[in-house]
Amino acid sequence: MAEQYINDPMQEVFIFETSQQLEQMEQSVIKTEALGSYPGETVNEIFRIMHTIKSSAAMMLINNMSVLAHTTEDMFYFIREEKPQYIDVSTLSDLVFEGIDFMKQELEKIKNGIEADGNPEILIGKIKEHLGLLKEKNNLTDSQVVNNEPVKEKYYISSNKAAKISVPKTYQVMLQFVENCGMENIRAFTVVHNLKEMTENFKSIPEDVINDPDCVEIIKRDGFILEIKTPESRDKLEDFFHTMAFIEDIQITELNEFQDIREEISNLVSDEAIIVPQLSKMVVEQPPTKEPQNFNGCHGQSMISVSVEKLDKLMNLVGEMVISEAMVTQNPDLKGLVLDNFNKSARQLRKITNELQDMVMSIRMVPLGSTFFKMNRIVRDISKKLGKDITLKILGEETEVDKNIIEQIGDPLMHIVRNSADHGIELAETRISQGKPRAGTITLEAKNAGGEVLIIIRDDGKGLSREGILKKAFENGLVGEEAAMMTDTEVFNLIFLPGFSTKEAVTEFSGRGVGMDVVAKNIEAVGGNILVESVEGRGTTITLKIPLTLAIIEGMNIRVGETCYTLPIMAIKESFIPKSQEVFRDTDENEMIMIRGQCYPILRLKDHYKVKNGVTQIDEGILIMLEGESKTTCLFADELLGEQQVVVKTLPKYIQRMKKIEGLAGCTLLGDGNISLILDVNGLVDQKRLNN
Amino acid sequence: MAEEYDEFDDLEMSEGDETEEGKYLTFTLDAEAYGLEITYVTEIIGIQKITEVPELPEYVKGIMSLRGQIIPVVDIRLRFGKPARNYDERTCVIVVEIADITVGLIVDGVAEVVAIPAEEIVPHPDLDESDSRQFVRGISKVGTSVKLILDCNKLLADDKEENPNREAGY
Repeated sequence: MAEQYINDPMQEVFIFETSQQLEQMEQSVIKTEALGSYPGETVNEIFRIMHTIKSSAAMMLINNMSVLAHTTEDMFYFIREEKPQYIDVSTLSDLVFEGIDFMKQELEKIKNGIEADGNPEILIGKIKEHLGLLKEKNNLTDSQVVNNEPVKEKYYISSNKAAKISVPKTYQVMLQFVENCGMENIRAFTVVHNLKEMTENFKSIPEDVINDPDCVEIIKRDGFILEIKTPESRDKLEDFFHTMAFIEDIQITELNEFQDIREEISNLVSDEAIIVPQLSKMVVEQPPTKEPQNFNGCHGQSMISVSVEKLDKLMNLVGEMVISEAMVTQNPDLKGLVLDNFNKSARQLRKITNELQDMVMSIRMVPLGSTFFKMNRIVRDISKKLGKDITLKILGEETEVDKNIIEQIGDPLMHIVRNSADHGIELAETRISQGKPRAGTITLEAKNAGGEVLIIIRDDGKGLSREGILKKAFENGLVGEEAAMMTDTEVFNLIFLPGFSTKEAVTEFSGRGVGMDVVAKNIEAVGGNILVESVEGRGTTITLKIPLTLAIIEGMNIRVGETCYTLPIMAIKESFIPKSQEVFRDTDENEMIMIRGQCYPILRLKDHYKVKNGVTQIDEGILIMLEGESKTTCLFADELLGEQQVVVKTLPKYIQRMKKIEGLAGCTLLGDGNISLILDVNGLVDQKRLNN
Repeated sequence: MAEEYDEFDDLEMSEGDETEEGKYLTFTLDAEAYGLEITYVTEIIGIQKITEVPELPEYVKGIMSLRGQIIPVVDIRLRFGKPARNYDERTCVIVVEIADITVGLIVDGVAEVVAIPAEEIVPHPDLDESDSRQFVRGISKVGTSVKLILDCNKLLADDKEENPNREAGY
């Protein structure tokens, strides 16, 4: 029967759910480890998750995962039941982590369409060994803990007397599965699932076959009992159950009164006191039809998961719509016409388009939390391996960023955190001798700042050494004689150059010298940038500035010659028409302007990009003051064309492959069908500095 | 997205034409006729407004919008080191797609689609040392005229190292 479920949506849900659960479990274990003991709820949680994964993996026919989950579940079952005094938290956590890693790997394989073929035997052996050890250490070798708890409040008995009136026919069906067929609850779920096609009006005992860990035992012992209200004939019902797999015995009894089934049940589950009024409450609270939905990963009906691909497509469509809207409302055919009604409708259209766009954007926004929490594991692994004492503090994890950006910054973030933990934080002895607290702290913080998100990674380790960096940079030929003149910030920025690494020894975690330049590249790729601050001996702070979203920006269109350029509105401080006497040149022919006592360099886009035509007289064009990361520059253009929301498109691959054009972030389609080049303000403004 | 629009002016090649094998789209540059394997050609359009992109080799004229899709445009004349020529109503952009890269090629004019059997194509004699030589894969004789068969991959190949002092036009 299981085969019929193997199709893509099912697999997607499985992967999605399982990875979420693994993530959750990872977090709880990390928390637990900090506590130094396993509290009951964590044990329960792990037990429950492992149980779920076991079942769902089995249903997806992924045996290795199922078996591993089963073994882990057994171990935690033992812990839960026996509450052993002695638990080796560290080893136990290691085992759990190993298990999680294994399952993640397998999930990755499935995602990529490869068969999940990892062999969990060694790990299972280890877990079993550990379980044995646990038993031995706690003198519980003889314990006969068997997973056969009685059901708790998990069946439905309608005490609603009204329900018994005018019921077509009520059957009680008792199914016995083939002995040792395994996964009884999954078989039961399959039955329930198929039965739903026939009638919605039925109840089962145990009711929650998927989430109740004990139901396997109950089904094994008592059979799977269904109470079905249906106009179908008894024979038809019997035929239906005969089509199910692994069913050995079917007993169908016709019931006249619900009372009967209630008596039946109290006999069956005699060890559990039944209090009818309570049960009646349950029926009201939780209609049975809800169960399978829970299983499908929709916790409550208000959430659905959508594939990113569809969202991307939606995003693209909305982008196209923004352009088309501009094409219609700014259509040259309309020029000079008095169109009051049209303009009114056009405004309405624009409003709705904007709202739609905001909505789509907000759908794509994902909190940084999950990315941040992944760092817990990294810090844990490193601190354990290197014998360092490191605490990871996470702040502002609810900050939301576009999904695509999250994917892009995961790796760089990991790299920086690794670096901090590996190179930044000192060993405990060193720290104490320096009067620092024994445990090093790495703080991960995210916050919104205008159209950007700041991600701050702060550690209180040894900080960056100016001399160390310069020495290394000099050895690698990255700097020359000018080194002495460089500011600290410039020196620290050297670590982002390719081929730079101050760490002599290559460790497992970091120090191959390929790290930081990749970090810089990834962050730049999403239009962000990095700031490093550090005080030697006190710690390092790395700030990543990331745009909220990649796809649509508020832009100001400007014209230079015949080419149209778009500047992000965020970067523009002001624009003004200069007077020629305000402009002067220094001895290196650098053009500058004095505004309110401040001196700013002038960048002529025409000369910079060698644009043909265009204004050369400074007082015939316009200056736009741009605030870049590190400095402010005035850009000289022919004229401002107006403000517009633009959809950022990347430059064609052919061009990207040919050359990375400094200062160009992409291109966009304008309302009139022309193309505008989107300027990257930081790239433009900082170009001089980079050239040095 | 682009596929959803249906308004375009010029002739379009339907992809997956029954027998594309051995068919070549021929176009002219000055007196010479060139052949381009038709499998690579997606469509032919008239010259449109091209947005210049700075800091690129001269033969990359810029980018243009093809129904919402932004494609780079290469002037074949400049690519072959021939002098630039003003665009007129005969000037065409042949849109080719090779290995996921879409590029528009500006040519003086498109001639026709001809079938050239492989045995009719003779290899390049390796005598000509001019710039365009590297792009010519073979030479074929169709009827009375000679056609130079282009190597599309070489046409779009990454040539970062190419010497920049080939000032052909302007």
